Amino acid sequence: MFYDVDLTSRLMLGTAQYPSPKILLEAIEASGAEVITASLRREGVAGGAFRDLLANSRCRLLPNTAGCHTVREAVTTARMAREVFGTSWIKLEVIGHADTLQPDPFGLVEAAHVLCSEGFDVFPYTTEDLIVGEKLLEAGCKVLMPWGAPIGSGQGLRNLAGLRTMRAHFSGVPLVVDAGIGAPSQAAQAMELGFDGVLLNTAVAKAVDPVGMARAFGRAIQAGREGFEAGLMPERDMASASTPVFGMAELA
Amino acid sequence: MIHSVLGGGVTALCCATALSDRGLDVEVIVPDGAPEPASRFAGGMLAPFCEGESAPELIVAEGQAAVNWWASHVSGVVRRGTLVVAPPRDASELDRFARATRQHEWVTPGDLEPDLAGRFARGLFFASEAHLDPRRALSSLKGRLESRGVSFRSGTPRGRIIDCRGLASHEELADLRGVRGEMLIVHAPDVTLTRPVRLLHPRFPCYIVPRDEGRYMIGATMVESARRGGVTARAAMELLSAAYTLHPGFAEAEVLELGAGLRPSFPDNIPAIRHAADRIHVNGMYRHGFLMAPVCAERLATELAELYADAD
Repeated sequence: MFYDVDLTSRLMLGTAQYPSPKILLEAIEASGAEVITASLRREGVAGGAFRDLLANSRCRLLPNTAGCHTVREAVTTARMAREVFGTSWIKLEVIGHADTLQPDPFGLVEAAHVLCSEGFDVFPYTTEDLIVGEKLLEAGCKVLMPWGAPIGSGQGLRNLAGLRTMRAHFSGVPLVVDAGIGAPSQAAQAMELGFDGVLLNTAVAKAVDPVGMARAFGRAIQAGREGFEAGLMPERDMASASTPVFGMAELA
Repeated sequence: MIHSVLGGGVTALCCATALSDRGLDVEVIVPDGAPEPASRFAGGMLAPFCEGESAPELIVAEGQAAVNWWASHVSGVVRRGTLVVAPPRDASELDRFARATRQHEWVTPGDLEPDLAGRFARGLFFASEAHLDPRRALSSLKGRLESRGVSFRSGTPRGRIIDCRGLASHEELADLRGVRGEMLIVHAPDVTLTRPVRLLHPRFPCYIVPRDEGRYMIGATMVESARRGGVTARAAMELLSAAYTLHPGFAEAEVLELGAGLRPSFPDNIPAIRHAADRIHVNGMYRHGFLMAPVCAERLATELAELYADAD
C-alpha cells in the first residue's frame, strides 16, 4: 500500500497537542492506527523522552518536516529525522504560507527530488493540483498526500470536485487525505471517494475526549473504506422506492 | 527524625512547609549548581477549572484546594478570577473551551477589564480562580520556614529524604521528562489588566498574568523537549504577537525578561508521590506546580504524620 508496507488500518494519526502522552497512547490504541507522525523541527534532538514514549506505541513512525518553510530546512530536518527515528519514511511538508499553512508546491517538488534521490520514502503534503502531483511522482514519490483543507481548520474536504478528479487521475497511486479533517463523517467521505487513507491530528487531540474521538475516527474510516469497496450506489435525481407500496401498513 | 527536603522550587518549599506545619523536623537542601527551579518561570495562576480544558478531572477537583492553601501561607493571593477570550475569527475556540470546562459564566470582557472594552464581544469568566506572583510566594515560603528555624543548606541529605528536585531527578525516575516552557515579563504601563487573561488561539494560545507595578507575565509555550537554553525568537515572536492581539498597548511594552524552564512531567502529566527505597519522590508537577504542589505536600505530610502516630 505505502512503499511496500501493507497496513490493516487506513488511519494515520498525528501526535501533537494531546493533553498528555498517556492519553495520546490510549488514543492511538483506540483508533487502531498503525502509523503515527512525529515532528522534530521545534523539539530538536532534546525531545528524546517524548520520542521514547511514541516508540512504546509499537506503531510505525512517520516523521514529518512540519514547520519547515524552505527546501533546505525540510531536507535538513528529513536527514535528521532519519538518524533520530531510524526510518526512511518522511512526511514532507514545505510550508508556503505561515497563516494558511498551505504547501509551497515549488519547494515541495524540489525537496522531493533531493530526498527521493537520497533513498527516502517520501510522503509529500501537497494540494489537489494534478500537475504538482505528476511532478512529485516524477521526482520518485510513490504516495501523494493532498490536503482536505488547511492544517488544523477542521473544514473537511473543501474541494470535493478537485479531490474526485485527483483520485480518478492517479488511479493506482496511493493517495492519503492529509490535513483539514474535523469530523469522522469527513474522514468517511474521503474513504468513500476511494482514497487510500486519512491523516489527521487536531480533530482527535483537541476533542474534549481524545480517546473517544480516536475510536470514532477509526470506525468511520473503516466504514468509509468498506462502503467504497462494496460499491456505492449512484446518486439519482429522484427518490425511487425500493419496493412498491400499495397501502398503509396495518399496525394493530 | 529529620526530614531532608531536596530542591529549591515550589514542590520542595510546599513540602517543607506542610511538614513543618505538622511540627516535623525539616531542613531544605538545595544542591550546589542546581539550575533555577522551573517554578520561577511559572505564571502563578491558581486556575483549576481553566486547566480542566486539557487536564484530567483529578487536577480540577484537587487543585481547588490550592487557593486557600496559598492564601493561608503567603500574602499576595489575588482572588479576581480568570477571563478567557478569543479573537473574533477564532470565536469557536471559546465554545470549545466552554464545553471542556465548568464553573464559568459568559461575560462581556470589557465589563470586567475596561481595557478590553470593544475588543472582544464575549468571554468566559471563571470567578473562583486566583493568581499570585510565583517569585514572591516562593520567597515568602522560604522566609516563613527560616523564621521557624528551618535551615537551608547544600551538602548531604540525612534522615528521611523527600526528593523534590524536578527534572534533576530524572535519573531516579525513568519516566520523567521535561516539557519546555518559555515566557516573558514585560512592563506595560499603557495596559491595565487586573486578573489573568487567557487568549485562545488554535496555534498560538497565550496567557497574561498581571504582576505589580504595571508588569505582566506572558506565557507560555509547551514544547516536548528537554532543551535548556534561552527563549527562541519564534517563541518570543508568537507570545508577543498573541499579547499584541489581546491589547495593542503591549507593542509599546518594555521587555524586562525572557525565561525558559523545563516542566518535570510524568507520562500522564499528573503529579505523583512515589516511594523509593531510600527516599520519597514528589515530582511531575508539569504545568500545575502552584496548583498541585500544595496538594501533594499536604498529602505527604498527612501520610507521614499518620505513620509516626502509628509508630507511637
